[in-house]
Amino acid sequence: MDLTRLEINRRTALLTSAAIAANVINPMRAFAQETPRKGGVFNVHYGAEQRQLNPSIQASTGVYIIGGKIQENLVDLDANGQPVGVLAESWEAAPDGKTVTFKLRKGVTWHDGKPFTSADVEFTAMNMWKKILNYGSTLQLFLTAVDTPDPQTAVFHYERPMPLNLLLRALPDLGYISAKHLYESGDIRQNPTNLAPVGTGPFKFVKYERGQYIIADRNPDYWRPNAPYLDRIVWRVITDRAAAAAQMEAGELHYSPFSGLTISDMARLSKDKRFIVSTKGNEGNARTNTIEFNFRRKELSDIRVRRAVAHAINVPFFIDNFLGDFAKLGTGPIPSTSTDFYPGANTPQYPYDKAKAAALLDEAGFKAGAGGTRFSLKLLPAPWGEDISLWSTFVQQSLGEVGITVDIVRNDGGGFLKQVYDGHAFDLASGWHQYRNDPAVSTTVWYRSGQPKGAPWTNQWDWQDATVDKTIDDAATEIDPARRKALYAEFVKEVNTELPVWMPIEQIFVTVISAKARNHSNTPRWGSASWHDLWLSA
Amino acid sequence: MRILGLAGRRLAASIPTLILILIGVFLLLQLAPGDTVDALMAQMGGGDAATARELRKFYGLDLSVPVQLGNYLWRLIRLDLGFSSIYGKPVATVILERLPPTILLMTASLSFAFFFGLLFGVIAARGVNRWPDTLISTLGLIFYATPSFWFGLMAIVVFSIYLQWLPAGGFQDIGTVQTGIWGVIDIAKHLVLPTLTLGLIFLAIYLRIMRASMLEVLNLDYVRTARAKGLDETRVVTRHVLRNALLPMVTLIGLQAGTMLGGSVVVESVFSLPGLGRLAYESVVQRDLNTLLGIVFVSALLVIVVNFIVDLLYARLDPRIAAEG
Repeated sequence: MDLTRLEINRRTALLTSAAIAANVINPMRAFAQETPRKGGVFNVHYGAEQRQLNPSIQASTGVYIIGGKIQENLVDLDANGQPVGVLAESWEAAPDGKTVTFKLRKGVTWHDGKPFTSADVEFTAMNMWKKILNYGSTLQLFLTAVDTPDPQTAVFHYERPMPLNLLLRALPDLGYISAKHLYESGDIRQNPTNLAPVGTGPFKFVKYERGQYIIADRNPDYWRPNAPYLDRIVWRVITDRAAAAAQMEAGELHYSPFSGLTISDMARLSKDKRFIVSTKGNEGNARTNTIEFNFRRKELSDIRVRRAVAHAINVPFFIDNFLGDFAKLGTGPIPSTSTDFYPGANTPQYPYDKAKAAALLDEAGFKAGAGGTRFSLKLLPAPWGEDISLWSTFVQQSLGEVGITVDIVRNDGGGFLKQVYDGHAFDLASGWHQYRNDPAVSTTVWYRSGQPKGAPWTNQWDWQDATVDKTIDDAATEIDPARRKALYAEFVKEVNTELPVWMPIEQIFVTVISAKARNHSNTPRWGSASWHDLWLSA
Repeated sequence: MRILGLAGRRLAASIPTLILILIGVFLLLQLAPGDTVDALMAQMGGGDAATARELRKFYGLDLSVPVQLGNYLWRLIRLDLGFSSIYGKPVATVILERLPPTILLMTASLSFAFFFGLLFGVIAARGVNRWPDTLISTLGLIFYATPSFWFGLMAIVVFSIYLQWLPAGGFQDIGTVQTGIWGVIDIAKHLVLPTLTLGLIFLAIYLRIMRASMLEVLNLDYVRTARAKGLDETRVVTRHVLRNALLPMVTLIGLQAGTMLGGSVVVESVFSLPGLGRLAYESVVQRDLNTLLGIVFVSALLVIVVNFIVDLLYARLDPRIAAEG
């Protein structure tokens, strides 16, 4: 591939898009004075259908984008990324960190008219979050019981101290409540309510035509006054990204969430006044691109080789030319958007230095043989996004220049997870690490030893470090926020030194939305939020 | 009646083929790394090992491969296609829901391709090596060489974005649910672009075949006889040539009914139509074995039915076939 020629095309396209994205903030301020208009249908691009729609039993953006408008969580994040009550009005933790008491909102009813009470919270926490919900089962591992002294109080009891700031940052995603009266009999996974969700949220489920659309209408009995504004939300199932971009242009869609269009279409639409293309409103869904090392390969178990791999790749060049302003240089597993935990860039980093990479490889004893080749590696890229595919090719070419031959082996989603995290049939793997507002939710599992074989996105590298394990465990039960932050800074330093996984790029999902939408992208997880204040201008 | 017997024999012969295909697909999917639980994990963004174990049990994946295959075949004998893991309902229901758009699209584009292929083929043959022939042949070649997804996207750009005549995707209007005749018109409007996209490629093939077969028949002795009788050229073509030249076209329809089902994955994705092609694609990615096997089964049935109809048409067009049986 001719990198210099690509540079011109991609750079021109992406710089323009960045300029437009930067302009987005101003028009939104100007509109703040408008009077909200009631009514209207909001059409949403839905790229990948899920097997069910209940966010209490499946934590993924594909569920939140629909279920998050119908069902509500105890706590969400406000415009500044701080926890704000939704179904919970207030909360308090005991000094020992082993009990957390939630006071629930009064006068909230389910869409079928039944009242929402602490019994629903107890049922959901014990039967869904603890047993079924992915990441929830880890978060609530030490949850022993939920007491319900009265219908407006739920007391969570933990076997080990539960840091309140961890719980409050995890609950926006992992704290959706389901109705006890609809789920108490039968298998929760097979409950038909999962495909026709009933909640307390601003929109009521109407219809789901598989492969075509999902409809939800405004809930006239919603507990927030004067909300919601929209009459209806329609999610249209469109699997082809180019077709979705065409439907945006034809005016049949208002919103394509979570980088649902191709990079080139997002760049193109950002130049169109009818659309806003921005990363705003997705700060809570940060992710980092990874290089995962398999220590079963003796070359990769040598730290000098892992560092040489990192030094051999010119990350800023890749970001500038392929990803543009939608990505930035990463500094470790905790992204810079996580203001509560980000330790800064003052941890071991591996800037581009080809000579150093070659020297490290020589030092490790892997001298260049015939034709300049030192050894060869198998790289498995995840199929989640075009950035991973581009990044893999870039890694392949960069490593080729220091004498490491890389073979890329592509798989679909199921195949990738099976081969990497269960079969361990990889030398290098590359995908996304999703950061979920607190490192204890889905970040430390990438490094903590003792992960069961086959658990995706966990430490399957055959790497173990007692110091790192201890830091992770201490931080998970530390209830003093300042000490917890310090422990995570220590953790980042340690894993950046040992480098079992390298996380050199930080990305935030891109939103493409109609310029007619108001009150959008106003929280860090807006795509998943309830949209109770969203409205469409005439 | 003889033709029915022939077709019946064909039908019986196709059953072993069908079973072999099903077993083959089943085994092929076992070779693909990962199962439906891995695919679900990929979709969820992670989960713990205990959950995965429980899910495998839930989907019956903890059994050995021969037992799973045996169970599947035994269910099939009782005409039970099983349960879809991605849709959470019986496969038969899932497929029935998706069948109408596929059949509509397939019938519409096959008819379009057949009719215009025939027309242009005749025109090209009658003006062989003159400008109508050159024009039609060149256009046909262009249609044939263009990938269908590109055709589809360009059609959306022109007719939906610039001219705003037709909807850019979907099977029906969601905003206002139409009923009766308006509902039919609504669906028809949504199917115009996909039909053209899918039909144009097949049109190219049909017109080439029609042209070649017309040219061949036009040189036969009985055509010369017809001309010698003093019939005018139009009568010669419509009454004598066309009927015989049609046989290869009819053969082709039978062959392509199967291709049409597969070829519509791309068109269904571009136009967001809820058809069988997309369902099949999704089932592979999600490793939903039951649904995939169900689709193979239904597609095979469709192909058999179409070929049966083709056999009947042969007899209608050329009575000698029925007579010789």
